Amino acid sequence: MTDTMIKIENLKKRYRLGTIGGTTLNAELKSWWARKRGKEDPNLKLDQSYSSVIKTFWALDGINLEVKRGEALGIIGANGAGKSTLLKILSRVTAPTEGDIWLNGRVSSMLEVGTGFHGELTGRENIYMNGAILGMSKKEIDTKIDSIIEFSECRQFIDTPVKRYSSGMYVKLAFAVASHLDSEILVMDEVLAVGDMKFQKKCLGKMGDVAANEGRTVLYVSHNMATIRNLCTRCVVLNKGKMIYDGSVEDAIAVYMDANRGNLQKMYDFSEAPRSSNIFGKKVHINRFEFLNKEMPTYFPYEDLIFRINWTGIEDTGELRVRLEIHFADSTSAGMAESKVFSKSYVGTEQESTFRFPLKNLAGGSYYFRLSIFTLESGGGYHVAVDEGASNIYFEVEDYVVDQTRWLRQYWGSVRFDNIELLEE
Amino acid sequence: MKEKYMTHIKSRNGWFDINIKELFQYKDLILLFTKRDISVMYKQTILGPLWLILNPLITVLLYSFVFGSVAGLSTDGSPHLAFYLTSNALWSYFATCLSQTSTTFTTNAAIFGKVYFPRLTMPISTVVTGILNLLVQIMMLVVALFLYKLQGIPIGTNCNILLVPVLILQIALLGLGCGIIVSALTTKYRDLVIVVTFGVQLWMYASPVVYSVTQIPAGIYTVYMLNPVAPIISVWRYAFLGSGIPPYFYWGISWITTILILFIGIVLFSKVEKTFMDTV
Repeated sequence: MTDTMIKIENLKKRYRLGTIGGTTLNAELKSWWARKRGKEDPNLKLDQSYSSVIKTFWALDGINLEVKRGEALGIIGANGAGKSTLLKILSRVTAPTEGDIWLNGRVSSMLEVGTGFHGELTGRENIYMNGAILGMSKKEIDTKIDSIIEFSECRQFIDTPVKRYSSGMYVKLAFAVASHLDSEILVMDEVLAVGDMKFQKKCLGKMGDVAANEGRTVLYVSHNMATIRNLCTRCVVLNKGKMIYDGSVEDAIAVYMDANRGNLQKMYDFSEAPRSSNIFGKKVHINRFEFLNKEMPTYFPYEDLIFRINWTGIEDTGELRVRLEIHFADSTSAGMAESKVFSKSYVGTEQESTFRFPLKNLAGGSYYFRLSIFTLESGGGYHVAVDEGASNIYFEVEDYVVDQTRWLRQYWGSVRFDNIELLEE
Repeated sequence: MKEKYMTHIKSRNGWFDINIKELFQYKDLILLFTKRDISVMYKQTILGPLWLILNPLITVLLYSFVFGSVAGLSTDGSPHLAFYLTSNALWSYFATCLSQTSTTFTTNAAIFGKVYFPRLTMPISTVVTGILNLLVQIMMLVVALFLYKLQGIPIGTNCNILLVPVLILQIALLGLGCGIIVSALTTKYRDLVIVVTFGVQLWMYASPVVYSVTQIPAGIYTVYMLNPVAPIISVWRYAFLGSGIPPYFYWGISWITTILILFIGIVLFSKVEKTFMDTV
């Protein structure tokens, strides 16, 4: 018996960009007939040729991979790297354009929890429904139903239609079914980010069990490095349809952090960039912003963000301060940080200053900030921006779960306050 | 391959790559889909399952008024209600099979995009679900025939009635075949959905549903009977009412057509199901 559970050879998947085909049968037939006779296609614009209309891109571009029994393989990569496409092909939702996959066992995929749930059916009926969709036979479900109901923590409501369920219960029930699948290969797309904290922990525990103790193979896609660290024994990094790393989890995460940073850049040049019109009294001109202590602005919370600003004075101004208005990547506000007076400006003089901003209070995630140099109105504490950076400046803080709770942004926002200190026993 | 693997996902799929064995492994799923469809069919309606009876009853009354009384089409001597009940039972089953399976890919895109199971389970369960409706209508028909008998009106029910299960099977296969052909094509050409709505209407008038075969001129009889539905309904009606002449020869041809259409349907469907997520 071989130990290789999944063998992927030169897997490629091509997608067409833009509109597909002629969209109506008539138009398509005309185009086809014209091409057949070597005439001009009546549906093309004058200067187009057939091949120039159909733009394609490779979502997966030659993946080779072997996964052994009992391995928990993490798959990471930026959006659009091909992770989900790979999972889709593995779970046979769509077929590859080129290449082969050999699987040694049943695959059950959880690309979404609760696939096929029907609101009018009761929890129990949905367990059977969902189980059957995921590939279990009725007999199998019969033997497991008690354990499924137990795991879902929904026993009280199991004979109520699921449309009356809270969203949390819905997800718990769905996950309970999926986690009881008997298949040798489990494919998951970030489905663990559901339910309350207690349940998440339970799911993670169950998943870890599945790989380590039951000897099944798990493929897990996530953007959450903490769960990847917890769950996986091996990790691959995808970038633009290619596999750029295959090996240990820590190294893979490091590779992922360095590559794939679409909007992360070390240096921003604002010298030529036009400013928004609402800056009140432009007195300095920010030329450059640069992260100093990193090649790519990805940090751990225990690190400091060190940056340098280069600016030129337009008027003589005193008491300049710098300010970062920090937002989480989904543009919710995270907070604001400002400096004390750091300099004065003189007409036509180019100056440079370096700053340090400790990140210990920011929870892991992607952030950006607006940079501004400002002065304070005497008395009221109102600030007057004298220049702003022309664009958002991006940086990332890694999840770092050592001796502290894993961060749940939906409940707590972006700020982790300093630890509570024990005063006396 | 040197080693033995259970599943092989490959990029090139031949035209005849059909996995019927796998379909059998998922028979529980077909039953569950059917059960689900039936149990949610009349949720949150006032009359509930009563619609199963009301729906065909209204249709048949309408037919007997419009085609029987106003237009005065011949029913070969059978009572109007019995005549239309008979044909409508089978026709409405066929029409439902065809139109509902023809949207398989488009209505189930969400679930098909997330998990794999043999896609054919969906249209098959639709066809099985429709049987409930058909059985109710047959029951209504039997009651109606019994009432006529009580009143002393002669009803020519004969031993051809034993063919009923075969006829139902055939019309189901035909509806399924046509439906999945359309569903395979609608993943790319949405116009076909509209065509189906018209097509089913037209097809009804090209089949002996609201009139009897005896009204077809001898000159076009052969062509008329090439419509696979026409012989099925003729035999069906003969079995229940004893009216007309059962066209057994054309029924044989109709079986060949049915198998052919079903085969083409399954081939097209299997071809499309592998990549339809990219085009739907």
